[in-house]
Amino acid sequence: MSQPFRKAAGGLIDRSKPITVRFNGKMLHGFRGDTVASMLLASGSHLAGRSFKYHRPRGILSHGSDEPNALLSVDWRPEKGAGRRDPNNRASVVEARSNLAVKTQNHWPSLERDVGAINDLLSPVFVAGFYYKTFMWPRQFWDKVYEPVIRRAAGLGEAPTVSDPDRYANRHAHADILVVGAGPAGLSAALAASEDGTKRVLLADEGFAFGGALLNDVTSTIDGMPARAWVDAMVSALDARENVVLLPRTTVFGYYNHNHIAMVERVADHRDQAPDGLARERLWQVRAGKVIIAAGSHERPLVFANNDRPGIMLAESVRAFINRYAVLPGRSLVVATSGASAYRTAIDAANAGMPVTIVDIRLGEDCGPELTEARAAGIDVLTGHTVVKALGKARVTGLVVAPIGHDGTLGARRTLSCDCVAMSGGWTPSVHLYSQSRGKLAFDADLDAFLPGQSVQNEVSAGACRGIYDLADIIADGAKAAGGTRAVSASRTFTGFQPVRVLPTDEEPTKVKAFVDFQNDVTAKDIRLAVREGFESIEHLKRYTTTGMATDQGKTSNMNALGLVAGILDRPLPAIGTTTFRPPYTPVSFGALVGPSREKSFEPVRTTAIDAWAQAQGAAFEPVGQWRRAHYFPQGSEDMHAAVARECKAVRTTVGIFDASTLGKIEVVGPDAAEFMNRIYTNAWTKLKVGGCRYGLMLGENGFVMDDGVVARLAEDRFHVTTTTGGAPRVIAHMEDYLQTEWPELDVFLTSITEQYAVIALQGPNARAVIEPFVSDIDLSEGAFPHMAVREGFICGVPTRLFRVSFTGETGFEINVPADYAEAVWKTLFEAGQTHGITPYGTETMHVLRCEMGFIIVGQETDGTATPDDVGLSGLVSKVKPDFVGKRSLARADMTKPDRKQLVGLLAANADEVLDEGAMIVTDPSAPVPMPMIGHVTSSYHSSNCGRSIAMAMIKGGRSRLGESVWVTTPKGFTQATIAPAVFHEVQGETTHA
Amino acid sequence: MLLIDCPNCGRRPESEFHCGGEAHIARPESPAAIDDQAWAEYLYYRTNPKGLHAERWRHGHGCGRWFNALRDTVSDRIVTTYAMGAPRPGATDADLPDPAQVRSA
Repeated sequence: MSQPFRKAAGGLIDRSKPITVRFNGKMLHGFRGDTVASMLLASGSHLAGRSFKYHRPRGILSHGSDEPNALLSVDWRPEKGAGRRDPNNRASVVEARSNLAVKTQNHWPSLERDVGAINDLLSPVFVAGFYYKTFMWPRQFWDKVYEPVIRRAAGLGEAPTVSDPDRYANRHAHADILVVGAGPAGLSAALAASEDGTKRVLLADEGFAFGGALLNDVTSTIDGMPARAWVDAMVSALDARENVVLLPRTTVFGYYNHNHIAMVERVADHRDQAPDGLARERLWQVRAGKVIIAAGSHERPLVFANNDRPGIMLAESVRAFINRYAVLPGRSLVVATSGASAYRTAIDAANAGMPVTIVDIRLGEDCGPELTEARAAGIDVLTGHTVVKALGKARVTGLVVAPIGHDGTLGARRTLSCDCVAMSGGWTPSVHLYSQSRGKLAFDADLDAFLPGQSVQNEVSAGACRGIYDLADIIADGAKAAGGTRAVSASRTFTGFQPVRVLPTDEEPTKVKAFVDFQNDVTAKDIRLAVREGFESIEHLKRYTTTGMATDQGKTSNMNALGLVAGILDRPLPAIGTTTFRPPYTPVSFGALVGPSREKSFEPVRTTAIDAWAQAQGAAFEPVGQWRRAHYFPQGSEDMHAAVARECKAVRTTVGIFDASTLGKIEVVGPDAAEFMNRIYTNAWTKLKVGGCRYGLMLGENGFVMDDGVVARLAEDRFHVTTTTGGAPRVIAHMEDYLQTEWPELDVFLTSITEQYAVIALQGPNARAVIEPFVSDIDLSEGAFPHMAVREGFICGVPTRLFRVSFTGETGFEINVPADYAEAVWKTLFEAGQTHGITPYGTETMHVLRCEMGFIIVGQETDGTATPDDVGLSGLVSKVKPDFVGKRSLARADMTKPDRKQLVGLLAANADEVLDEGAMIVTDPSAPVPMPMIGHVTSSYHSSNCGRSIAMAMIKGGRSRLGESVWVTTPKGFTQATIAPAVFHEVQGETTHA
Repeated sequence: MLLIDCPNCGRRPESEFHCGGEAHIARPESPAAIDDQAWAEYLYYRTNPKGLHAERWRHGHGCGRWFNALRDTVSDRIVTTYAMGAPRPGATDADLPDPAQVRSA
């Protein structure tokens, strides 16, 4: 029989749909409606993994997302090939269907026989904080021993090794009311909230069936209906409403500012067939007018020796497996509890035919009606008893219990044989989302729980997540949260528990393992040790012991840990406080977070009008900011070095053509345009004539170089400003800031024209000859159109703003044309240029040529701490203007110190050696470490025109050290270089210096 | 993600905006006339309060205009937004809307 522990009838499973799941290579049998956990239990096994630190065998603790032990690696579509496996799925929430292949984690060679279990015997070594205590010395052990060992041992599960082939969707939604959780409170809230048909209501629940704890309930009635029938009626009523969206399998995992809610919907994993193109998961980002949190509560384990043995479960989970999944989690059950709710489990288990004994730490007189009811059902109840320890290893075989005397000493032990234990240490309201909303928690001593206090955002908690546990009260509270009322008659719920942190024991507490946090293998002993070592702050304690971390985020363990610390320190629990709850509530796949933003959609690529032409020419490209720019144009078998050498020669001997379209371009227009320019740039603009260009330098208010570029004056009231490629958005934002907030009196408009104009640069002795036949309405002669001038006219019949400028030192034109016409103009010039030796060149050649001339690139020579004088541009700083942005800062004493780093040239002693950009410069390589550093290399290239390598550097007091020999770091050591003027090439013919 | 009331465009998500730091720090009329300390205070010194903070925002992916906002740095609630150049509203922490009132709004 493949499901020996399956009940013959009952449960919310579809017995007409049998399924099989591959579990560590063996087949598990079950039905639709099962989870992998319930199928495993139906087979008679609890063993579902090995623990993180001690590799102890672990079983299934819970029936929900708080499960700390049963973590599975799941291959969701093995039939579709690799890439659909992900780790750390909790067996208790993996909706089972055929063709799933799941594996347990954290063991080798097998789950049953695990070498790592030796750690359990070595546990004195693995005490709290053992990482910090163990891996300290010797220093040289770090790289070779400690780090590899830690990396292999660390982490839960195995990361996937191939890229995820699935699609993930992303959806933004607005809702008037978002209800989180579809238990009795959530259903009641959603129904009340949607009474007004104009209100859009979303109801999300992490489970695949609505109903919450009522799914496990076969005894309660609501208004005379069985609880599950009431759930069905509520869901039908909600489903019939147009204004309600029901979202099962949807986990609300993050509560952010201004009611911005993030949730993930599992769309495909539960389907037998997933059509191609169907998203696996969908990330919802919801703006909710109001959020009703009905997130329920988590049951606390009891802390006693060996409380982690497989077969020991949370009491409510035992009830869930019996009633919802029709699985008996064992042949004989002991219920160990400090509260009332577990009696319901005991009675249901007895009714399902299991022999049951209850061990209650409470005295009989402290118990409520549950005691009478359990005894009436024929259940043996031991009140005033504690659990000393559990017996068994791979499966619990019994509990050792003893009566607690009036003086706290334990009486005679007795052993209760069993193969399943249902434990309950009370309940912890799920305040995670409320806490994420930044609401402060208030401690309620009667409920021994932190509860939501004053709201910070427009949200309200309802039901068990705010400490209301009686069914009728919960339903009323849900409706009230939505502004309605709903009075129902329902069965009384067994409520109330006695807080107990660690069960009384007469075992030597340092000799036993009583687990507080199952997932992180943190025992009561570890917490005592950490407190003794001074980790009294709960946030410190969490990090030192790792309690409350990892996939379950301490859902089951937090209150026991807090209570234990409070007890050791003898402080009230609220004085200990609680750790911060942060998103996500449960693990979220990276795929869902990334959504469609991957590969080509990860970041948009900006291309120029010439991009397609460059691609067809076989250009190599490089990313520059978000732009894709032609890096160089290799011919035949040329490598980059050969191509760049050829391109550089061509520009200096014939003519090169270069796509400069990515330059930022801004039109500054208005009666006060010149005044505005005066204030923004260091230069003076008033005297710049219409038709003239000027190299403009822009500082931040801190006096450091921010951007540069050629500015053309097209009219008295119109400037065409260019910026660096990467600086365009920053510059226009900077200008807008001053214009709008400091000088609103200036009548100026700023317009970005970066995308509207393409820029074709022709540079070289033949540049004029190439364009001359195509230019109309502009006199190109040297006398009429000198260097640093701008003219408006036509090229190839296309209107152009023609700049006579040069970033190479050669005669140069930058042809601004509307982007739509740029490719046609480019092709015409390129064809006509063939007889003039025209050569396309890319950004690498552009860099080399400007370096040969000593022209800086902002962001390469400058790093946000360079003044104009540092980079040799003090001549561009107006001495007569009373003020401009950054002027006052330049007057600070530190800005004029002689030992500031200054821009210089650098020539490697070996003319073939190209220094590393960013390399450090020192005067004495034998100086003791840390060696005094005098500067760094900013630009470095091989220059075919100079016949050697050239470099620029920022060196302390560099301009006064010309000719000095220095040492430059290389990956292999130091190499020698000489400080030189930052100009390496002298241009013959027309002068083009700015 | 914050929701911000742009005075020109209405309520939009924070990703459309850019924060420009503390508001009401006017650039000195004559920077040359003030000493280094006064200039440093203009340039670098900020209040960083716990509670209400007047700060500059620009609706970069909208109207492109700068405006001011009064934000509670503890709760991130934005009490009001107002035009650049307008004085800081006389709001105090006591003027922060009660969440219960927000709820009914």
